[in-house]
Amino acid sequence: MELDFVLIQALSGLASASSLFVIASGLTIVFGVTRIVNFAHGSFYMLGAYAAVTIVPWLLEFDRSPTLFFAGVIASALVVGMLGVVMEVLLLRRIYKVPELFQLLATFGVVLIVQDLVLLAWGPVDIAGPRAPGLRHGVYILDQRFPAYELFLIFVGPAVLALLWLLMHRTRFGVLIRAATQDREMVGALGVNQAMLFTGTLFLGAALAGLGGALQIPRVSANAHMDLSVITEAFVVTVIGGMGSVPGAFLAALLIGLLQAFGVLVFPKITLVLAFLLMAVVLVVKPWGLLGKPDVASGRAVLPEGILDPRPLDRFGKVLAGVAVLALLALPLLDDYSVKVGTEVLIFALAAFSLNFLVGNGGIVSFGHAAYFGLGAYGAGMLVTKAGLSMEPALLAAPIAGGAAAALFGFFVVRLSGIYLAMLTMAFAQIAYAVVFQWVEVTGGDNGIVGVWPSRWAASREVYLYLTAALSIAAILFLTRVIRAPFGATLRAARDSAARADAIGIDVRTHRWLGFILAGAAAGLAGGLYAFSKGSIDPTLLSIPLSVDFLSMILLGGIQSVFGPLAGAAAFHAVKDQLMPLTDHWRLLLGLAIIAMVLAFPRGLAGLRRRAA
Amino acid sequence: MTLLAAEGLVKRFGGVLAAKDVSFALDAGEMLAIIGPNGAGKSTTFNMVGGQLRPDGGRVMLEGRDVTGMPPRTVCRMGVGRTFQVAQTFLSFTVIGNVQMALIAHHGQTRKLLGDAMAMHRAEALTLLDRVGMAAQAERPIGELAYGDVKRVELAIALAAAPRLLLMDEPTAGMAPSERAALMALVAGIAREQRIGVLFTEHDMDAVFAHADRILVLVRGEIIARGTPEEVRNDPEVQRVYLGHAGTKAAQRARRAHG
Repeated sequence: MELDFVLIQALSGLASASSLFVIASGLTIVFGVTRIVNFAHGSFYMLGAYAAVTIVPWLLEFDRSPTLFFAGVIASALVVGMLGVVMEVLLLRRIYKVPELFQLLATFGVVLIVQDLVLLAWGPVDIAGPRAPGLRHGVYILDQRFPAYELFLIFVGPAVLALLWLLMHRTRFGVLIRAATQDREMVGALGVNQAMLFTGTLFLGAALAGLGGALQIPRVSANAHMDLSVITEAFVVTVIGGMGSVPGAFLAALLIGLLQAFGVLVFPKITLVLAFLLMAVVLVVKPWGLLGKPDVASGRAVLPEGILDPRPLDRFGKVLAGVAVLALLALPLLDDYSVKVGTEVLIFALAAFSLNFLVGNGGIVSFGHAAYFGLGAYGAGMLVTKAGLSMEPALLAAPIAGGAAAALFGFFVVRLSGIYLAMLTMAFAQIAYAVVFQWVEVTGGDNGIVGVWPSRWAASREVYLYLTAALSIAAILFLTRVIRAPFGATLRAARDSAARADAIGIDVRTHRWLGFILAGAAAGLAGGLYAFSKGSIDPTLLSIPLSVDFLSMILLGGIQSVFGPLAGAAAFHAVKDQLMPLTDHWRLLLGLAIIAMVLAFPRGLAGLRRRAA
Repeated sequence: MTLLAAEGLVKRFGGVLAAKDVSFALDAGEMLAIIGPNGAGKSTTFNMVGGQLRPDGGRVMLEGRDVTGMPPRTVCRMGVGRTFQVAQTFLSFTVIGNVQMALIAHHGQTRKLLGDAMAMHRAEALTLLDRVGMAAQAERPIGELAYGDVKRVELAIALAAAPRLLLMDEPTAGMAPSERAALMALVAGIAREQRIGVLFTEHDMDAVFAHADRILVLVRGEIIARGTPEEVRNDPEVQRVYLGHAGTKAAQRARRAHG
């Protein structure tokens, strides 16, 4: 490699590192103070870009001066900061005390809402922004042309870092942010107005995201996919740096920026995978990130959020379950459509049940369960289409594929806990997604693979419904037994108190790993069944939105109950299937529904029944 | 034969020397107390023995076997039960469920995929609960119990592994004074009866001087005195740096009360 080439590559790496830091710093500050991982941070970034492509051209009408350009950028950041305040007051304030999973889901609800609102306000077409007056030229470095704006961006990150340092060390607000990051309860005990502190923090965090987005407009046009693509990168940066640590985020952004700039030369297609691999390695060596600190464990013993009492169903529950199964088996009496929905409900019930085996029973909050579902589907689908096998061995391979992937990813995942664990499961799901999406020759890429049909005897919709029912219900019953068995009880025990489990001789990590594999295998079976029910597979089967669908199902059903997730899957999928064709704003509705669920009845459908009883 | 021997344990946290050449030995059926002011290194020493912390130097020998730096679960399987400063129990389980879980772990059945966990080892669990006086509460959720009772259940959990050594980090912390004496008497009774060695740290001087066979006094990571309660009580250095006036009185009171 030529020296000049290396230099240019390094400079562009620094420019993206700088932008990434501006965004990630906001995320990490908000997490430090509120302990909420804000999915909507990516939405703020996107809103910053949309605000800037609206405000800046309007300002440039008056005078094409750099001053007005940057005034527009700053104004966009401030507008987004105000939106952060709105989110804090309307939503976050109500969920500071709910479990992490619910917080993550609620902020993901905001992501869905903002996506639809952005489409409503700005339409589906990408909007290109103006280039920055005074920085439109190129600078020649060792005879290589390098855009002046990129050069400018390189300095933005350190400038923001310096300003944040001043804010954190020279103002009362900043000192409170640092104090709250170290010990929130103590700050509250000292009589600090927490409401103001949290609102101010959200303003700062959202404004930083908005600034990051607004600064991008000369480089990329504003589009409706900016939110999720940036949030994964920002997550990776904050997790590597240590959540809550601004200098850590700076260090991590540098690492990621340079890794991607040079990684693109070696593995042009999998730069994101490189970033995730770096994150996995860092987390295994330093479980709290490069500059992060372990959470201050609160001394209080609190009842865990999850399955508390895995007793078998009472008589009413048994009748209910029997009626539900009979109704499913009678679906062919109705029409083809009902059979299709019934088959899917059974499949999603198994997937949701396997997820709650982890979340509710094991306290392992996986944010990427769709990965194992999707890999099961691909395992089965590719055996049929590429290897020419028939359905039966392919359905056998599906849980093996899901379980093998879970064994590989889970080996790292179970080393962590809480929010870091959730982030790592999501990262692994994104890696799997990226591989499937980009390995076009093998997986068919975005288009996926068609022609995944069942064997002749199971080709009719009715027979396939019965096949699905038999396999799903058998798997669910088996998992139910496992939950009540010593292995399930051991996972619950480790969830309740890892220290106590350790002290009575339980190898917590290995048990969690085995549980992760079992749940992955069950999800893989569900994925295999899904592939044959659709006749095709595509990367959305591994995507984050599907993982969130699964989480919504168990949240809707209630993670405290063993069978709640089944009801949740049925209700969620039936409603989604009915509503989605009727509305253009499915995401808006889903987002609002998720938030409503978190706020109104976090105990889910099963909880409603218990309250009524 | 010596049950537990700590040989020259050293632990540093950054620049702080939390334990400096800490050595002691403990025999079966013996109760050894570690006392000292806050920050003296009691819990650090304790956690090095229990496997929660890896010492920077020195060895921990259990019945002649080197267990230095082994994780708690391994130490447990070698016959060491422990209770925590803040009781650690399985909050979603019943009282008896907690003990059953410990028995399942003790019998190496935690990977069984079938069978009803809460139907296993019930009789044995009930016997253990009976021994700590909690049999009547067996079916209650453990979260409903008063803290003193939770500590008793925790003792039953620790005993489920049929330990030869019990590690108890401030067994009476957070308990009402009347409950403290009863718990310590219970522990002492079980230890003598079953020849279990007990290593405990404690701030309650009544409990220490009434039940310990020997006492180690730890100050700033160093053992400044050791011996029988009598010897420690009369040690002028201990009186100066730790017991003070009130502590010395408590020691005398305890002697009168327990002969």
